[in-house]
Amino acid sequence: MKQMKELAGITGNPIAYARRLQETSGKKIIGYMCSYAPEEIIHAAGAHPLRLFGSGRNILLADSHLQSYCCSLVRGVLEDALAGNLNYLTGMIFPHTCDTVQRLSDIWRLNVPEGFHLDIVLPVKLDTADACQYLIDVLHRFRDDLGKALQTKISDDDLRKSITLYNNIRNNLQKVYELRKSNPDLLSGRDVYALVKAAMIMDRESYLTILQAVVGEMQKATGTADNKKNRRKRLILSGGICSQPDIYSLVEDVGAHIAGDDLCTGSRYFAGQISVNGDPITAIAERYVKRVVCPAKHMGNRSRAENLLHLVKDCHADGVIFMLLKFCDPHAFDYPYLKKALDKEGLPCLLLEVEDQPQAQEQMKTRIEAFLETLKTL
Amino acid sequence: MAEGKDPEKEKRKIKSVKKMKAIMTKYYKKAKLAWLTRKKIAWITSGGPVEPLIAMNIIPVYPENHGAMIGASKMGVDLCQKAEAMGYSSDLCSYARSDISCAPAKGGPIGGLPKPNMLICCNNICGTVLKWYEVQARYFNVPLFILDTPFCHTQFTQEARQYVKKQVEEYILFLEKVCKKKMDHDRMKEVGRLSVEAQRLWQAVLDTAQNRPAPLSAFDAFFHLALIVTLRGTRQAVDYYQELLAEMKQRVADGIGAIPNEKHRLLWDNLPIWYRTRWLSQKFAAADACLVADTYTSAWCGALQYIDENNFLESMAEGYSRIYLNIGIDEMARQVIQMIDKYKADGLVMHSNRSCKPYSFGQLDIQRIVREERGLPSLMIEADMVDERFFSESQIDTRIDAFMEVVRERKSGI
Repeated sequence: MKQMKELAGITGNPIAYARRLQETSGKKIIGYMCSYAPEEIIHAAGAHPLRLFGSGRNILLADSHLQSYCCSLVRGVLEDALAGNLNYLTGMIFPHTCDTVQRLSDIWRLNVPEGFHLDIVLPVKLDTADACQYLIDVLHRFRDDLGKALQTKISDDDLRKSITLYNNIRNNLQKVYELRKSNPDLLSGRDVYALVKAAMIMDRESYLTILQAVVGEMQKATGTADNKKNRRKRLILSGGICSQPDIYSLVEDVGAHIAGDDLCTGSRYFAGQISVNGDPITAIAERYVKRVVCPAKHMGNRSRAENLLHLVKDCHADGVIFMLLKFCDPHAFDYPYLKKALDKEGLPCLLLEVEDQPQAQEQMKTRIEAFLETLKTL
Repeated sequence: MAEGKDPEKEKRKIKSVKKMKAIMTKYYKKAKLAWLTRKKIAWITSGGPVEPLIAMNIIPVYPENHGAMIGASKMGVDLCQKAEAMGYSSDLCSYARSDISCAPAKGGPIGGLPKPNMLICCNNICGTVLKWYEVQARYFNVPLFILDTPFCHTQFTQEARQYVKKQVEEYILFLEKVCKKKMDHDRMKEVGRLSVEAQRLWQAVLDTAQNRPAPLSAFDAFFHLALIVTLRGTRQAVDYYQELLAEMKQRVADGIGAIPNEKHRLLWDNLPIWYRTRWLSQKFAAADACLVADTYTSAWCGALQYIDENNFLESMAEGYSRIYLNIGIDEMARQVIQMIDKYKADGLVMHSNRSCKPYSFGQLDIQRIVREERGLPSLMIEADMVDERFFSESQIDTRIDAFMEVVRERKSGI
């Protein structure tokens, strides 16, 4: 598909894209790093939400602030900020996530001179009525704080318009995943990766146009596509961020494909819809409460395993690949129990320890090949 | 001369140590026999609100204190490796790793902690405890209560205060449900007052280190901390710290210092390196340096200003939310500088503890702020609190020598 080339260019260098967007449209760009960032509120304020990933520079400046046992995502983004790579940001927001991002927020506030800085101290548990009320209160505060920082008033109507746009994006991304479930050849894994990542980077209106065109083409091709290869092994990716576009082609090269994911740069990002009726802030909070949780949040003791098993069934998957970002505590704590839950159902899994930067293919390839071999014997 | 009989050493020994050991042994025995006495056991995080448990006659047990014991008895590596075999990454907190593997293995210095009837997790110290307690809630299949204390980067907001206050009410209801009995609010008030009194006494004990020579060092504080963590809210803790305070005052009057020849005074940051406390204390003592204070043991009395002893439950929300680890780096740096001034420290020793991200990330900025504001030399030791595999003795030895050189030079230059 012709749109994919454009998207690959953008997701390959988000910093350059955002700088260009800022220069050409004059839009204020607000950085964030977490799937709990209320993008709808930022968009309703007339600003552009941009999800940050490390650009892959050598870590030199961030070393003076973060020790080597800090994850590469946080070190990489801080390096970009300290090097002035992100000086076009009008502001940076920090939804409360994990211990590391919590401290990154402090370090950023004390050391990055450009742009305003806002904390969104979300609740850590999402399974009680009081926590939900607090979540709503925090989002209200964020709306006020952001309005002040951008010197604008964010009306309920603005919010509903943004919610509608985002619902549309989420709905179409869900369609992409749904279409690929029965026919993976409609869109290569690498293209899916770029398509989801671009949703966090591109101007959202332009993005929706492209996304709708992609879905349209996929729907047209559904009837004609060759379904023979569908007997290939089907895998699920599970973890936090995935910055390894190669994993999709590696999996496809060895005769399998990624049928679904539980990633915060994947389905967790676009799961669910937000109601356009009633108080929009309450509606935004409701989606966070209903969504599959990030392991840094609490939603009962077994919800993530239940979700993963459900996903595996729904996608008729044969196995799971865990993409564990090195030094990511919340995910590392959940891995043994998730694996146990899969073991119980006789579902094999593979643990890949990854960095925020694309890494050497060879080792990953060998491990995926070996994993596929074990799957074939089952 | 035999080591134990050196009169110089005997003189410097803190007499209360024996009593503390006896109290802690009795405490663990009692906890281990809870099944017999039909008492309920709650596992609770070190920064968690223990007072309602005491008021409800529930025995609190601390997996973190357990972790410290495992570290001090040098059993950490073995238990951490067992956790790794269970699938837990070696990058995870070593308290959590060793405690998690201890439960099925019944290992460790006391053969594992007594089985909990409930788990109380307060995330004011880290997000790790949330994941750790989820693991244990699944393993023991017991109810888990989470007290969520929103992080105070720059402020404790009105909505956060409301949220925590509501949870304190839920906490009491939770305990009443598990214990099938009502909370006695008069007893709760008494426990609250005793907790505040113990915290004041603990602060007073730490304050005696303002004297020259300091009658106790941070290494002593690491040990005597046990009661303020586990049994604050009891008469026993108050009585003990009164005695300890009296002993410290007597030492001050007699001019007895924690080390023989105190010339340099240092401030320690982060958790102890439990398996090397003796080596480190001897190393610093040999350089005539006394670690006179630390940010760790003072965390159990640092939020006193927010607590109203006559209205404990009401004020608890703020007190537990604004502790040392739940605040921004700049506020932490401000408190470090206050301690440097208060205890007249000549240098700062920071333990960059790979097990504790919320304590360690930000240390480099605190170090810079201290250098800029007070011109103080500092040392960063890369290690881990329980997992000895991350401790390089020769490297740390050399670095301490070099650091002490700088401390000495700076002082002779003034």
